[in-house]
Amino acid sequence: MTLLFDAALVVVLLGLAAWVVLARNAFAAVAAFIAYGLLLTLAWLQLHGIDIALTEAAIGGGLTGALLIGAVIRLRTAPPAAPATSMTLALAAIAAATTTAVLAACVLALPDPAPTLAPLVADNIAVTGVENAITAVLLAFRSMDTLLEAIVLLFALVGAWSLGADSAWPGRPGFAQSAPPNGILAYLARILPPIGLVIGVYIFWTGADNPGGKFQGATILAAIWLLTMAAGLTDAPRVGSRWLRAALVAGPLGFIAVGVFGSYSAGAFLALPPEAAKPLILAIEIALMPTLTLILALLLPGPPQRTSS
Amino acid sequence: MNDTLLYGLTACALIGLGVFGLIANPAPLRKILAFNIAGSGVFLLAGAVARRGAAAGFGGDPVLQALLITGIVVAFSATALAVALVLRLNAVTGDVTLAEPPAEPTDDND
Repeated sequence: MTLLFDAALVVVLLGLAAWVVLARNAFAAVAAFIAYGLLLTLAWLQLHGIDIALTEAAIGGGLTGALLIGAVIRLRTAPPAAPATSMTLALAAIAAATTTAVLAACVLALPDPAPTLAPLVADNIAVTGVENAITAVLLAFRSMDTLLEAIVLLFALVGAWSLGADSAWPGRPGFAQSAPPNGILAYLARILPPIGLVIGVYIFWTGADNPGGKFQGATILAAIWLLTMAAGLTDAPRVGSRWLRAALVAGPLGFIAVGVFGSYSAGAFLALPPEAAKPLILAIEIALMPTLTLILALLLPGPPQRTSS
Repeated sequence: MNDTLLYGLTACALIGLGVFGLIANPAPLRKILAFNIAGSGVFLLAGAVARRGAAAGFGGDPVLQALLITGIVVAFSATALAVALVLRLNAVTGDVTLAEPPAEPTDDND
């Protein structure tokens, strides 16, 4: 029965992916991509990756989808690119078929029993004080990855901002939004933020012991902020604003501070002394949460576009 | 056929579809979409490998699963940067093509 569900899911996923790649209309391709991201969430559940499913639904389908819809609408007036020649199509088909064949051979040749680090995690998770193994890996066992990830996010935002025109610097990102004050968008933008705030903070807080965490929580907070921006109730901050820049670097700096504290108290950068592991993990998460919310939200409107509100 | 094999092979097909779209589709935004399909295929492949590593009461290898969360977030930031580049290209040139401009204008151009 489960295998039947898996097979049906796989067929729909492949069909949607083919639609994303082959559809003539760019908007239809983006719409299919969002549906694809949401269905991929089900595949993650089937693979017992609940934390990944939450991340995929929030970021892979949700935020990426919103970003691409915005881009496809702004590119509507652009002239279409010249279609690929049949030579290119043939080469692409050969490259794609070869990639798939080689990878499929590798999948069929995977070692049995599979190598796994799960027993190591199970043996050491008690020291960290958190019960969600994913959180323990992200913030204790492999926290260097998470630190670098936060810095990559910051660099992506700096990169996007640096694409703004000189005349718009240091203005506000995106275009000024206005919605009818009595319309459904403004209504939802007033009703949903309290609910979204509670859900976002809950998902963040419960991430220590249950599926969830700062990335998923920060995405929900970013989404409600974007909703109020889209309804014209709030405006994106100026990219030159000091509080914004301070908040953007606060998360990674807090993370690095905990890391340096580790080199004194536990003998290695980012090491956590066992007696203080849980409070330090919480400190990292609380420091990262506002920074992640700001970065994830501000990556959508992109570079500064206007110097006045 | 078990479920990890099914999802693993699906992931291979998704990567292939993404590679095809990346080469075959000339519009940069469609290349970004295709790249995301290929990327999600890579994630799904790693997810199937993580599921095979289920042990010690976990439904999958938690180390690999945590890396996938990092991967999805980094993929989003790279997509956002790529989209910003395409939009800037469009704002500056009014075009969205990556092709070289013609060396000299020919008569049949409008």
